[in-house]
Amino acid sequence: MKSSEQLQKGPDERGHFGPYGGRYVAETLMPALLELERAYREVRADDGFQRELARLLRDYVGRPSPLYKAERLSERYGAAIFLKREDLNHTGAHKINNTLGQALLARRMGKRRLMAETGAGQHGVATATVAALFGMGCAVYMGEEDMQRQAPNVKRMELLGAEVVPVRSGTRTLKDAMSEALRAWVANVEDTFYVIGSVAGPHPYPWMVREFQSVIGRETWDQAMEHIGRLPDMIFACVGGGSNAAGIFEPFIGRREVRLVGVEAAGYGIASGQHAASIVAGRVGILHGGKSYLLQDENGQVRNAHSVSAGLDYPGVGPEHALWADQGAVEYCAVTDEEALNAFHELTRLEGIIPALESSHAVAEAIKRAPKLGKDAVIVVNLSGRGDKDLDTVLRISGGNVSGGHCCAIEAKEGEKR
Amino acid sequence: MSRLTEAFERLRAEGRKALVGYLTAGDPNLVVSEQAIRTALEKGLDVLEIGVPFSDPTADGPTIQAAAQRALAAGTTLKDVLDMANRLRRDYPQPIVLFGYANPFFCRGIEQVCADAAQAGVDGLLIVDVPLEESHDWRPHLRAHGLDFIPLIAPTTSVERARLILKEATGFVYYIMVRGVTGIRTELPPDVAEHLRQLRTCTSLPLVAGFGVSRAEQARVVARDADGVVVGSALVEAAREGRVEALLRELRAGLKQVEGR
Repeated sequence: MKSSEQLQKGPDERGHFGPYGGRYVAETLMPALLELERAYREVRADDGFQRELARLLRDYVGRPSPLYKAERLSERYGAAIFLKREDLNHTGAHKINNTLGQALLARRMGKRRLMAETGAGQHGVATATVAALFGMGCAVYMGEEDMQRQAPNVKRMELLGAEVVPVRSGTRTLKDAMSEALRAWVANVEDTFYVIGSVAGPHPYPWMVREFQSVIGRETWDQAMEHIGRLPDMIFACVGGGSNAAGIFEPFIGRREVRLVGVEAAGYGIASGQHAASIVAGRVGILHGGKSYLLQDENGQVRNAHSVSAGLDYPGVGPEHALWADQGAVEYCAVTDEEALNAFHELTRLEGIIPALESSHAVAEAIKRAPKLGKDAVIVVNLSGRGDKDLDTVLRISGGNVSGGHCCAIEAKEGEKR
Repeated sequence: MSRLTEAFERLRAEGRKALVGYLTAGDPNLVVSEQAIRTALEKGLDVLEIGVPFSDPTADGPTIQAAAQRALAAGTTLKDVLDMANRLRRDYPQPIVLFGYANPFFCRGIEQVCADAAQAGVDGLLIVDVPLEESHDWRPHLRAHGLDFIPLIAPTTSVERARLILKEATGFVYYIMVRGVTGIRTELPPDVAEHLRQLRTCTSLPLVAGFGVSRAEQARVVARDADGVVVGSALVEAAREGRVEALLRELRAGLKQVEGR
């Protein structure tokens, strides 16, 4: 089975997805990017590399991740809702699919040290994990605000032996962490491999990360055929930079019978101006090495994003998503913090699965649309990560009063803190 | 002949080295920064790099990041910078290079920016995050408006790659001496002279070297193999402390030791 070839697959040779992407970086980094691209093209075609990656994905990450039918959620919302359980991966999110691939590549290239930026901390944890696995040094750049929001992940990275470097510039979130990581890479470009966690940044990252993540989509395809006997009608995934979405969408691009929906973070609402919906409400611009949709003011200054979810709190989006949006290959929409939080509780209570706040955005859009689709409709939601890291955030916002109110112990504890 | 080419030819004929200076426009506001720039132009700057502030300056260290933040907090826009360039052009003969990141230019429109810059009397553009590979959208418009496209060459750039970049370059060549972002360095890397000599074999354009320079001795050492030095972060700091004239005098003294040879 092969998906349609009508739409462009992958970037052109200079790393452009239509008018998007490219390599907008200082000259100091260009030789490293060219070297990386050459090395990546080699391992792409190298059976030994691909076998080793497949083995690690199976035995270390635990792939394939299940495609699970959420019965109670399906019953309540009136369509067959399946969850692609990336939350069950080792380290609790899809991020490790990519960090394993990049770390293997780094080892091939003889680099001794990994560095990464992180928002929610999932990518940082996944990078620190593979650094431990391969005995490499690791530095993770993280905004100070995110370090507070995602404190458990900071501890995990440190346990794994990584140095977490607090970023105090700008908004102290993912955008500034990535800027600082780029600055640090410039200074250590010859011995350090920069592991970018999203389908953003300069070429070849958007392409390489999407290829490492597309294992999600390939599995989903096979599992749908196996369990349901057909492809799903709709697939939902959250979009910050967009790596989990790109990974699950890519094999289905161009299959008209499968509707693909990318869900951005609407924060306090698009009209509030405080959101992270780059495609829905941004304009084309250039940031962090690539051209894509971007939240910016009328003078081309990058605007601060807002989302309750640290992993979506980014003013840009991967260039391939920008192209898919223009082509109509994927529909992009946005859900608010509040809707995502409701979905978080809904999935937790109905299925016993605590989703990451990022993934909760995809769940929110899916359960919004499911009732209109009818009983025969098959929906897949990419459950990109688990929500343990978000408990503090959720409890703080709920004021300890978690919906349904079966959490007196937690309420009491929160009360003490206040 | 462009004003930049002319200026470097005159310097060469006089046996002098170019003192190139960077200041962020609008830091801490337009009035104060224009005064600092005027002082610099009156006290020995040969070429002005006028920084267009950007929210996410990924190639800049803390000093110029902070300058950009102050400028943006004061509401500085690309139009303000161009208006300032225009006023400076009326009063000073030195070449002016617009130095910045791609997005504010892209947002206004590449062609429009080139037209506006030429109109304002700007002589060239240096866009940090537009390397050779992305410059094809930009170069034709620069050329059409008589603007020089100043390339960056880094210590990581191979000689073969430098040749490709320099084929497209006009005005002068900016050699980044350090592996890292902008900012004052106590020591410059030992391979600067070697890199500059290699670059000489690739181009007849003037070579200036920057990133890290703050002292006379550094200027002297670098200028042995370059046609000039760039001072950025140190000048931004000097402007904050009212020491522009003193810093330029010091750097000039360093350059003088290797001039006329």
